[in-house]
Order: sequence, then structure tokens, then C-alpha cells
Amino acid sequence: MELKFRRHPDYQALRAEMTPHEMYIRRRELLAAAGFAGTAAMIGGLPAFAQTPSAQIAAGAAMTAKKSSYTVADPQAAEQDFNEFCNFYEFGLNKDDPARNAGKMDVSNWKITVEGETDAPGTYDLRDLIDYSQLEERVYRHRCVERWSMVVPWIGVPLGPVLAKLKPKTGAKYAQFLTHLDRKAMVGLAYGGLDWPYSEALHLNEARNDLAFLAVGAYGKGLKQQNGAPIRTVVPWKYGYKGAKSIATIRFTTMQPPTAWNVANPREYGFYSNVNPNRSHPRWSQAQERVLGVGGFNPQRKTEMFNGYEAQVGYLYKDIDLIKYH
Amino acid sequence: MAGNTALRTFGKHWMKPLTLIALVAPFAFLAWQWTQVLTGINPRAMGTDLVAYTHHFLGDTAIRILLVTLAVSPVRDITGWAPITLIRRRIGLAAFFYAALHMIAYLWLDRGWDLGLLWEDMVLRTYIMLGMAALVLMIPLAVTSTNGMIRRLGRKTWDRLHWLIYPLAILAVAHNLLMVKIIYGDPLMHAIVLTVLLGWRVARWGMGRLRPAAVA
Repeated sequence: MELKFRRHPDYQALRAEMTPHEMYIRRRELLAAAGFAGTAAMIGGLPAFAQTPSAQIAAGAAMTAKKSSYTVADPQAAEQDFNEFCNFYEFGLNKDDPARNAGKMDVSNWKITVEGETDAPGTYDLRDLIDYSQLEERVYRHRCVERWSMVVPWIGVPLGPVLAKLKPKTGAKYAQFLTHLDRKAMVGLAYGGLDWPYSEALHLNEARNDLAFLAVGAYGKGLKQQNGAPIRTVVPWKYGYKGAKSIATIRFTTMQPPTAWNVANPREYGFYSNVNPNRSHPRWSQAQERVLGVGGFNPQRKTEMFNGYEAQVGYLYKDIDLIKYH
Repeated sequence: MAGNTALRTFGKHWMKPLTLIALVAPFAFLAWQWTQVLTGINPRAMGTDLVAYTHHFLGDTAIRILLVTLAVSPVRDITGWAPITLIRRRIGLAAFFYAALHMIAYLWLDRGWDLGLLWEDMVLRTYIMLGMAALVLMIPLAVTSTNGMIRRLGRKTWDRLHWLIYPLAILAVAHNLLMVKIIYGDPLMHAIVLTVLLGWRVARWGMGRLRPAAVA
């Protein structure tokens, strides 16, 4: 009975409002310092006072964002295509599986664990990381390694400042993003093929580039589960899988972390995975892409170096052999 | 079972027309979906990526029909249902038809008739090479599928030529397996079915060799 009650979403919502996370953490620290660690665990769930501003916006709920100068002139993919044509292998291998299955994943009151080489480890509420009143909309090209692309109006905040807030230590070189692992809702885990939880990572210099984005919405609404609700990375100059969906953990590391596709098949999927028309996937050319979601016959388009963002990110890879380090 | 005379003639008359309808059905279905998109009745009849959909639909249909062709002999030998052999050639021909459409869809919708890209694909991509090889091997079989050709070649030569279906089926299924990012679902199922069908032949061949030895 008791357990059932705790799992009820209404109770969860109430509970989150009762105890702002920062206070909860701080109180635990204080009590722990005083040698009351055991007591703290019990008191932790008790109601507190203050309310935090700008609560997490639910999946599919309206979201306001100021337009950003980052935009492309090409027609945007239809919202329906964005929501019904997804790669999220945890929810199935077919493109329409995530839309069917991902709704079962509870993304309310999301927490992100921050760990590794950081001076601010801990568990954070989304509203600790994202100011939902300061969102911006960026229209980016999204290029999948499978040779299709969509133009998507993402909503979110730049990644760099959020990572800075999480105080990576001076020795930290990479940020690793782990996708939430929900063994009950994620019906695709059974297929195997990748190591779970899904892992992606960026060098901190890449993550600090202004294009690197933390998306919480798209098309004027909170992200839906199939697209990585409630928070995901969007790295428009890299192939789509470099964006980690439904991020549960951010880990700062000194060494290059293992990343899902790179571990599964390093010859085909490199760590950098920059969009590169000159570096063919061993099984198909990357020189072209099918533009999806614009109606008609999926027009073909020539793929651009760094997905058209060379001016913004080219400096990061100046001295790197991008064929070898693909 | 094999001695059942009713089974030996069952379906002798309606088998051929019925098979024809069944073999044309996937094409009719795809044509209907394209009609819906082209006329705007339902622009989403094939989902978001209609190029990939069309391409995969034709490829999967070709492979499945090819596997059905390979299942004819085992079914006949196990059940004694002889008339089923009457439809074997048209099933095989349908497999070629869908494989050729699959190739045309690839060249047209995906590569935009760019032969440079095609050449690059053929040289660099193992799975494309395997698929092409399978299709090329199907051509002589399709061409010689008429009664006249059987007569002209003689049954023995014809049988020897049509033995090519085994290597080409392996090529086609390998092509299917190599193109996916993770081996699962349909390609895996095709591989398992092919293994069973070929395994059955190997086992029968092995038994055939054992039996005379046992007598001696």
C-alpha cells in the first residue's frame, strides 16, 4: 500500500514542491557534518517551505522561447515527422517504435546526477540547471548517420554555461552524458547491440562551443519522450547519435569516456562523429542526405562539412586528421 | 503421406492463378500506397521516409519470396503434395521481379540515377556488391524460366543452371544482414529461415550418402 502511494504521480509532484532540492542537499550536508547522517535520511523527506521559480515544463506542454540568430533558411521538418520518426533504441529499433513506446517513461520531476571531476557533485533538479524563463529557440540541421536529415526548431539553453555552473575541475577534459535507464519502460533494451545506459560524450572544448545546446523542447513545446524528454544534448555539427537523450547523469572525466556507438563498432562510428561528406561510412557514402519531413519525395541534398557549421566549429579540429579521427 | 493420391492432385487447377494473385498482391499494395501519396489522399501512407520504406518493402518482399521458392521442394518431399512444384518457377520469377524493382528504386529514388555514385557504392560497399551479385545471378534463371527454355537446355543442364539459387540466396540474405546497424528482427529471421531450408537439403544429401553404405 505504502509503496503504491509513493509511486503515484500526484504524490511525486507534491513531494517535489515540498522539498526544493538544493535545500534538501544542503540540509543533508549539514546534518552529515554534524554526524547525523542516519537521521538526515529520515528527515530528508519532511516538508520544507520555499518554492522555486520556473518549474520543469511537461512533455508536450507549451513553452515560450526567444528566437535565436542560429537558424537556417531551409524548410523545417513537420512536427509530426519529428515526433514519429525517431531513433531511440531503448524503445525499439524501428523508427516508429519510440513514439509508440516512450510515453511510458516518467519524465516529471527529473533529476540529474553530476559526478566525476567536479567541485559541484550532487543530484540536481532540472530547474537548478535550466532557467525555463530564459529559453531560446534555435533552428538547426539534424543530420543522422543513416543519411537522412531534418531541420528542427529546438528550444533550450547553450550547453557551455550549464556545464560551467557544474564546476568541472581544472583537470576535467570531457563531459559524458548518460541516458536514463528505465528497465520497465524501455522495451527495446532486450534487443541488445549497445551497452546501456546509452553513453555519449564531448570534449569540453566542443561542449563549450556556442552551438552545443541543451534542448528541453522543440516546436514550441516541451520535448516528448521519444525525442529525449525532458532534456537532451543537441550537437548540430555531429551525427545525430552524438546527442544524448533523457540525460540522467553528467560525468566529468579526464580521459575520453566510452560512447555507445563507438564501443559497438569503432570502425563505423568514431568518437568525434563530425558530419563529414568526405569520410564515408564503411557501408554507405555520406556525401548526400535525404531531407525528411518536408513532404514529397524526400529531396536529396549534398551533405556539408560539419553539417554546414564549419565557420563556427572548424577551429576545434584545425590540426586533426578528420578521416582518421572520424 | 506421400502415398495420398488426393494430396497428389490437390490444387492442381487453381494453384497457378491463386499464386499469381498472391505474388502480385505486395506490388498492388505498394502501388496503392504510392497512389495515396501522389494524389494527396494520405501523404503519410508510407510514413516519414518513403524512399527508405519503398526500398525496404521491395527488398524484404524479394527475399521472402526467394525463401518461399526454396521452401517448395522441402514441402513437396515432406508432405508428398506434388502440385506445389507447378508454382515454383513463377514464385522464383516474382522474387526476381521484386529484386529488380528494389534495385530500380535504389538507383532512382536513392541515387537519382547517378551512376558515379552507383559505381562508388558497388566498389566500396560490401553489402551493395553482394546484393548486386545476387541480382545478376538471378538474371539467367529468370530468362530460362519458360517451358521452351527447359526443353531447349534439357532438364539436366537446366537443373544445373538453376542450382545457382543456393549461392544467390546466401548472397541476398548476407546483403540484408550487412546493411543494418544492429542485427535483429527481419534480417535475422531471413537468415534463420535460409539456414533451415539449406540445412534440410544438406541433411537429406548426407542421409542419401549414408543409406547405400548401410546396405553394403
